[in-house]
Amino acid sequence: MSPSVRPVHVEEVEEVVIRFAGDSGDGMQLTGTQFTNTAAIVGNDISTLPDFPAEIRAPAGTLAGVSGFQVHLASEDIFTPGDEPHVLIAMNPAALKASLGDLMPGGTIIVNSDEFTPANLKKAGYDRNPLDDGSLKGYHVHRVPITTLNRHAVEGVEGLSTKEVDRSRNFFALGLTFWIYDRPLDNTLKWIDEKFGKRPEIAEANRRALLAGYHFGDTTEAFQTRYKVKPAELPPGDYRKVTGNEALAMGLVTAAHLAGKQLIYCSYPITPASDILHTLASLKNYSVVTFQAEDEIAAMGATIGAAFGGAFAVTGTSGPGMALKSEAINLAVVLELPMVIVDVQRAGPSTGMPTKPEQGDLLQALFGRNGESPVPVVAPASPADCFDMAIEAFRLAVQAMSPVILLSDGYLANSAEPWHIPTEEELAQRFTFHIHHPTAAEFGNGHGFLPYARDPQTLARPWALPGTPGLEHRIGGLGKQPGTGNVSYAPEDHDRMVRDRAAKVARLAEFIPPLEVFGAQEGDLLVVGWGSSYGAIHQAVDRAHFRQGKSVGAVHLRYLNPFPRNLGEIMSRFEHILVPEMNLGQLAMLLKATFLRPVISMPKVRGRPFKISELSAKIDELLG
Amino acid sequence: MSDVIQLTRKDFVSDQTVRWCPGCGDYAILAQMQKVMPELGIPREKIVFISGIGCSSRFPYYMNTYGIHSIHGRAPTLATGLKLANPDLTVFVITGDGDGLSIGGNHLLHAMRRNVDIKIILFNNRIYGLTKGQYSPTSEPGTKTKSSPMGTLEQAFNPISVALGAECTFVARTVDVEQKHMADILLRAAQHKGTSFVEIFQNCLIFNDGTWAPVTDKDVKDDNRVILEHGKPLIFGKNRDKGIRIGRDLQPEVVSLDEVDESELLVHDEHAESPNLAFMLSRMSYPRYPVPIGVFRDVDHLTYEEGVRKQIAEATRKRGAGTLQALFRADDIWTVRSHDGHNGHHEVEHPLFTMAE
Repeated sequence: MSPSVRPVHVEEVEEVVIRFAGDSGDGMQLTGTQFTNTAAIVGNDISTLPDFPAEIRAPAGTLAGVSGFQVHLASEDIFTPGDEPHVLIAMNPAALKASLGDLMPGGTIIVNSDEFTPANLKKAGYDRNPLDDGSLKGYHVHRVPITTLNRHAVEGVEGLSTKEVDRSRNFFALGLTFWIYDRPLDNTLKWIDEKFGKRPEIAEANRRALLAGYHFGDTTEAFQTRYKVKPAELPPGDYRKVTGNEALAMGLVTAAHLAGKQLIYCSYPITPASDILHTLASLKNYSVVTFQAEDEIAAMGATIGAAFGGAFAVTGTSGPGMALKSEAINLAVVLELPMVIVDVQRAGPSTGMPTKPEQGDLLQALFGRNGESPVPVVAPASPADCFDMAIEAFRLAVQAMSPVILLSDGYLANSAEPWHIPTEEELAQRFTFHIHHPTAAEFGNGHGFLPYARDPQTLARPWALPGTPGLEHRIGGLGKQPGTGNVSYAPEDHDRMVRDRAAKVARLAEFIPPLEVFGAQEGDLLVVGWGSSYGAIHQAVDRAHFRQGKSVGAVHLRYLNPFPRNLGEIMSRFEHILVPEMNLGQLAMLLKATFLRPVISMPKVRGRPFKISELSAKIDELLG
Repeated sequence: MSDVIQLTRKDFVSDQTVRWCPGCGDYAILAQMQKVMPELGIPREKIVFISGIGCSSRFPYYMNTYGIHSIHGRAPTLATGLKLANPDLTVFVITGDGDGLSIGGNHLLHAMRRNVDIKIILFNNRIYGLTKGQYSPTSEPGTKTKSSPMGTLEQAFNPISVALGAECTFVARTVDVEQKHMADILLRAAQHKGTSFVEIFQNCLIFNDGTWAPVTDKDVKDDNRVILEHGKPLIFGKNRDKGIRIGRDLQPEVVSLDEVDESELLVHDEHAESPNLAFMLSRMSYPRYPVPIGVFRDVDHLTYEEGVRKQIAEATRKRGAGTLQALFRADDIWTVRSHDGHNGHHEVEHPLFTMAE
């Protein structure tokens, strides 16, 4: 613990949840990220939830413009960004209003009291000043005139407008938060140097703001307690912090590397998937090709072309883009070429809520195309799991010679958690690719080559590449003859091809790991989840089973088509099945239809992830 | 380098039965394409034909090369992806006026704008054939079809103008019945580095017979078209007695060589960097003007895939070839060490940063 100029009480806590909230121009995402980075570096387990408006600059001071960043840090394993913030840092009245409902009863509020002006209160829809009317009685409120204090701190730095001075306010708030939680400043100071090296006056302002905030905590009498969150006991190894989109991008690069393939990522900018494109575009020295297409359809078409050419071809999008791509995905299905389609789901339908997560595209991924169109579907369970599932998606694509859809969502995409960096040996052990491109020599100089001959084990067709002498062939979207792939409308040919493609995807179940049950292995209640709700479900079941002794188990589906082969058997060991998902019951419908047994659907479509407490309450309700 | 194999037209004929209507202009195009292929000196396995949907789009099935018969309007997107994966391939896009200019208009424009090294051959019959006779985006205003019984209300696209507007680096026009001319144009299009766009006037015998008659009928065609030749004045007419010059209103003007000296005529420059003259020529249409046939524009620009490779090479030169560990560690790292393997106690080490103590 760093020394303090006055005696303060130091409280050791296992975990804390902090939310930084301000105007979308206030730099709250940056503030939260800086705090998270430092917490991660000092060894806390972390989980974050950014929450920002779709508008880049919504009207200042309004509820629509509030941008929030929630971070959960703990000395034990954590799986979610936390149900309720313990501490809220609100940079204006709108930020207070938008976040107060989430705050833990008795929680701490730090407000920038300078911004609680009549005009700002009005913009936020407050009739009276909540700082004065007693409505915050149940909380510990700290009124800090951040704007004024910060202006004093930055006074004398030449070449800055008042606006620029005020823009460093977030660093004051960050400095104060660092003091309260006894975090070192080094990492952020270093970051400021690197980021603003070319604008020394801005670097100086931010540096001063940060230190002023820190020292304010140290000297003022207002803060009597500092909190210490001990390092978490993570397994040994090297760690870094990753968001889902970062992990996904790294997973794609890794898959290409392990498979000895060129990664070609074809995409059209769309929230919340664009960061994958940005990340990959900066990795040109990894031989990564990124192609910003003219539209979603072109991105899908180029992905198919690149796959035909022998690359590891990937496209990334969100729900509306999936809708546009569906015709071309169907072409990929009948061409039987390997590629990965990433859908970072957001709240729909239509444009919906671009920055808010939902799991509403599951049925679209499975069935949203004309005709019988089987496509394998996988879904990562956490930000770090996006790395593994990106590689896994390509493995399945190659194995089945099929497009594979990976369903992430806006929550996974932007949330961060520690990631154990794998070594080359670990990677080689966990992921192996068997890719074979045939040559004419294997087919008596090509005369015996059949583009749609199927491997007896996997039912996949050969991946013969243009440029290979003697294997010239034509493929297309029309009905075709088995084996030759020649155009055919014969009833038996169509029947064979439709059934073969379905069987090929179904057969992947033999090549994916069986499910493991967490908690009770049989009994009263099985919670079946998928995607980003993993953390909340895991924690709720952990609490119900291991702490309260309830007969509850959980399985989490990272493979949604085909299902893991032991899912039905596991379900049969439990009396009730509960399916929480961020839609109106899409997985629940699939489970009912597949296994012909009742399941209890727990839908949530609020553009927010599940809270642990919501799941705990449901488990309690069901089991008494 | 393997021995150069002398290929013939037959090597490019696939085993599939050609299924266009008897007398369709597509047969002539297919025959010329198969004839031109050996002249390219490119091994068969390095040639790919990609098409969309429509009568013309059956083309790849009949070429004994690699090929994809894709979906409506999207062929340029597949071709772009394929060239990104393997720039060594010679990739043709076969499309039509509906496929390329209607449902796939956006892709056509952007492929040309990027200068992807693909050869786009657009069969223009000014009608939807496969769906049985609706008007297309190149149908002349007022065209009566099943879907426009009182005549179309729309202005028609001029494919050459569209291509020039989209910054295409090779733009040409030929006619299905002009075998020699078509073969020359196809060969030049194939040899161009960058996007080639060739409009072929093609006759649909069933739904739009005779749509190009003014420029294909032996009796009148020489008076109704002008053949563009680089460095030569624009002269036309059965007796080669007419020419094109730029008038005082800066518009092209048809003049009689009996009255005007040849030196006053417009001289064609297909290599002009500015597409302005080419665009002006593209606007010349029957009956006011002779219809230009030939190469409108042929300029050398960096191709898209060359640009992509260059950036990769430059990034690799500057930053070194990336390794996975470097990628994983391109952010702040912390190490959790096992202090004592037996009691599971861990200690956190901060290699880069110190606590503020």
